[in-house]
Amino acid sequence: MAMTITEKILAKHANRKEAKPGDNVWIDVDVLMTHDVCGPGTFGIFKKEFGAGAKVWDRDKVVIIPDHYIFTADKHARRNIEILRDFVKEQELPHYYDVDSPRYKGVCHVALPEEGFTRPGEVLFGTDSHTCTAGAFGEFATGIGNTDAAFVLGTGKLWVKVPATMKFVFDGVMPKYLMAKDLILAAIGAIGVDGATYRTMEFSGTTIDAMTMEDRMTLCNMVIEAGGKNGVCVPDATTIEYVRARTSKEFECFYNDDDAAYHSVHRFNVKDIEPTVAKPHSPDNKARVSEVAGTKLDRAYIGSCTGGKISDFVAAAEILRGQKVAIDTFIVPATTDVERAINEMTVDGTTIMQVFRDAGCRIGEPSCAACLGGPTDTFGRLNGVEVCISTTNRNFPGRMGSPKSQVYLASPYTVAASAVKGVITSPREFFE
Amino acid sequence: MLKHIISGKAFVLGNDIDTDQIIPAAHLVYKLDDPEERKNYGRFALSGVPVAQSGLPDGGIPFIDEGTWQSQYVIVIGGKNFGCGSSREHAPVSLNIAGIEAVVAESYARIFYRNSVDGGFVAPFETSEHLYQEIRTGDELVLDTQAGTLENKTQGKTHALMPLGDIEAILRAGGVFNYARETGMIETK
Repeated sequence: MAMTITEKILAKHANRKEAKPGDNVWIDVDVLMTHDVCGPGTFGIFKKEFGAGAKVWDRDKVVIIPDHYIFTADKHARRNIEILRDFVKEQELPHYYDVDSPRYKGVCHVALPEEGFTRPGEVLFGTDSHTCTAGAFGEFATGIGNTDAAFVLGTGKLWVKVPATMKFVFDGVMPKYLMAKDLILAAIGAIGVDGATYRTMEFSGTTIDAMTMEDRMTLCNMVIEAGGKNGVCVPDATTIEYVRARTSKEFECFYNDDDAAYHSVHRFNVKDIEPTVAKPHSPDNKARVSEVAGTKLDRAYIGSCTGGKISDFVAAAEILRGQKVAIDTFIVPATTDVERAINEMTVDGTTIMQVFRDAGCRIGEPSCAACLGGPTDTFGRLNGVEVCISTTNRNFPGRMGSPKSQVYLASPYTVAASAVKGVITSPREFFE
Repeated sequence: MLKHIISGKAFVLGNDIDTDQIIPAAHLVYKLDDPEERKNYGRFALSGVPVAQSGLPDGGIPFIDEGTWQSQYVIVIGGKNFGCGSSREHAPVSLNIAGIEAVVAESYARIFYRNSVDGGFVAPFETSEHLYQEIRTGDELVLDTQAGTLENKTQGKTHALMPLGDIEAILRAGGVFNYARETGMIETK
């Protein structure tokens, strides 16, 4: 039977010859990731169900990355970090990236690849909906809740329904003003916030072939915003080079059979795509930047698993170099590696970080920060009626804090251009 | 365990109710295994829903009365894509702690659906009708989980619900752990 990448990975992990959409299968898990918001609840269920003295199924396959509520005085949030520490110590888990330590990383979905935990052909579950980011590496990766994660911790297995695959083909050379974020906002806008529910979104085409791993991560990161179960890119030399540089573990690449069956095929030529935003209050509320240009803003935010990677800041710096921001602009590197890189990389002899400082931006510490609001003292949190343009992933009511605020989602280029003007602005103005 | 009959008042919401509306992220810090502290999840359940959309068709109806942590409502009615957004299991847990036993919606986001079933927190039923435009907040409902029907006693109408399908066995067992024990996948405690 002809299969897609996702079907092949699931069949292999279910120890079956084939897997077709709709099949319910129990699969073996290669990596389970959790963080400070969902780890404590997961560990509680694990102990309740498997006993106080229970041990995790495989210490080497559990990765714990605190990232959500780190730089806050909230006492409950601080306590959750303590719960992670106690569990790691008790279970002797090697892959823990503790707060206030040199190992601290920041946003889990960016830290996982940096640390070599995203490998082609594997199955990764995480207690966070944006775990789908890792599909960029040609693996099956998706978000689960605490109960499912506790089940995996004890057994190393979980049931999944095999998803049908929707293929998104992007062809053409990316125009200078466009980023992967524009492509995924265009795709979500085309199919809606439930357009891929229960399905795989697979990205291919000549545009994707030419993309860096970070850009492919941006695409797969937001499949959950269309309801997708997982996103996936076909592994290639770019994938293998990235992964090989970060892990010595063996992995197996899977590819689509030529006659594999798809739920649907959606084709885009990138020359037809304009810089795109999602207007309040839904990620599928798509508009071309040109349609909303001039909308007055109070704040700009560049960060998160979606838009806080090295290439996102390189892009923002291209626009912000030699400029001053007209509104409060918050810069939050996803991880300590990203922070280090933008402190070292230069544009015309000035470090990227210095470009941001010179432009008048406020710089935060690596974490999820205000992407999901968080405790009221969170850096960059919207606490009033602000209108914000952001490189993050969701703009539901109250997502970044106050339910009275409004969030426009956009690419780092568009956010940086808008920060300079104080109103929604197309990056094309800076490149033409 | 899934009850045969779930009855009580309806609380009606619209389309695309995301998990930040069900339980805002600032409240994800309370301990779930602390019997007192977990009440906070009930207290703040559905507190992120914009006031005008809270309790349709009129809106402006609080799901939880000031100073309490349990709701007078038992069944939530929603539109399409209920529970979209984050993977936080705190979402179905909050509804459960507040006293919600079932949700009836046109469709679900998959992680919310899965969490509801595998944790045995609320029974997620699907309807092919636009019930959120028909049922009014406060209507007295009777959900027969075996017959798959939803009776609206206030309006004198009965609606057929979609079959639960593959997940019915897990829901009837009371969650994925009970199901795995019943089917011999993991050892009985």
